[in-house]
Amino acid sequence: MSEVAENIKTTETVAVQPKKPAEPLLSKRRKRLMSDPLDEDNPITVQVLGICSALAVTTQMKPTLVMAIAVIFVIVFANLIISVLRNLIPNRVRIIVQLSVIASLVVLVDQVLKAYFFDVSKLLSVFVGLIITNCIVMGRLEAFAMGNKPYDSILDGLGSGLGYSWIILAVAFFRELFGSGAVFGFPVFESLGLAYENNGLMVNSIGAFLIIGLIIWAQRWRNGYVEHN
Amino acid sequence: MQQSNLYIVIFSTVLTIVLGGLLALAAVALRPEQKKQEDMFRKKSILSSVMTVEKGSDILQIYGDKIKSYVVDYDGNEVKELEGKPIVAENVPINKEFKKSPEERLYPVFEMTDGSGGVEAYILPIYGNGLWDKIYGYLALDKDCNTIKGVVFDHIGETPGLGARITEKEFQARFKGKTINNDNGQVIGVTVLKGESTNPTDPHQVDGLSGATITAKGVESMILSYMEHYQGFLRKVKSSDLSYVNQ
Repeated sequence: MSEVAENIKTTETVAVQPKKPAEPLLSKRRKRLMSDPLDEDNPITVQVLGICSALAVTTQMKPTLVMAIAVIFVIVFANLIISVLRNLIPNRVRIIVQLSVIASLVVLVDQVLKAYFFDVSKLLSVFVGLIITNCIVMGRLEAFAMGNKPYDSILDGLGSGLGYSWIILAVAFFRELFGSGAVFGFPVFESLGLAYENNGLMVNSIGAFLIIGLIIWAQRWRNGYVEHN
Repeated sequence: MQQSNLYIVIFSTVLTIVLGGLLALAAVALRPEQKKQEDMFRKKSILSSVMTVEKGSDILQIYGDKIKSYVVDYDGNEVKELEGKPIVAENVPINKEFKKSPEERLYPVFEMTDGSGGVEAYILPIYGNGLWDKIYGYLALDKDCNTIKGVVFDHIGETPGLGARITEKEFQARFKGKTINNDNGQVIGVTVLKGESTNPTDPHQVDGLSGATITAKGVESMILSYMEHYQGFLRKVKSSDLSYVNQ
């Protein structure tokens, strides 16, 4: 139990009062926690998680950005909370415990959006609620936060959240640009004086599939990734 | 580490109470702000059916100056109170009224004044079914009770980029100037066509939404049914039998 107590105590002081020589706040290992999900271990393009919301919310940049921020918030705090509680959580009910923590955070985000960003919350409608079922969040809790210290878990959550975010923002950029001829609602082609016929395919989910496919292709080509059988 | 059943039960109970308590607290604390936003949004929708509401303008101020609201029943008689409580038109829950039969519903009317005692438009709430969930909005009728001055639509869960396009100004503008009655004075509403580039000149037709036919048909039937339900009121307006309107 002493180990348990120590782990709880170290929530905020992990880097300040170590017994061993301190691991730097951003050591190489920790940097990798952050950077891996951005590229080589990206939740969407490599782990192929969270595809559903990547297809659904990415028609425009603005709601996508809010979605990205919401997911980062949920994943970071869920990781932190589960990591702090990890030695107290009964193994047999751990999944439902993770789920209730995620669900609470998501409901909180939804309530705050409704109170202060009413327009955006209308745009995102059900998709905020569906963060609960975003496999990335639960995947990180089960795979990382259950077995690692709080500070590392925050970094891991941040990495995965950002990895998810940059992909959906990239997809939204191309979908809004080619589907509505705009970026963040700003009519790009119109202000450049170009005549552009909006591409309805990009507004459909099919457009998102194509763009995600192209991103995955480009990324695998660059990293020389091959499927292992 | 295998914990006892008692530990699991206690842990789950404590977790539930803590999380539930936090959420309840957040819901209660944020409720007033959410109510304010909803109220603001509703008033903005009502106004934007007839005018362009500039960003940053004082919606509540404009609304207070321009809109006079009251509630009528199916026959067009004003309803002032319900079970002893005064009715506020803005607070009539259209979604709950929708579940009653048309004859029993309360019908709010938002009257836009032209600033010199006359009426500029009657703004009427409409409500119906889309593809995935409910769609709703406001339809502004000119004082001839026939010409559409403007519409706003909103939805709960239509597909973004397809059915959700009913919220776009460009689609809503297509209804402007259309009429709801045919030459014999019968209500026939506005038909939403299939396809999107016909630009119909018929006063009862508008271009539809490619890929969102069911939502478009929902819009069509929502307008038709509510315009029929409001006929009691509109007929009274036309025959100037509205003692309370000009009070």
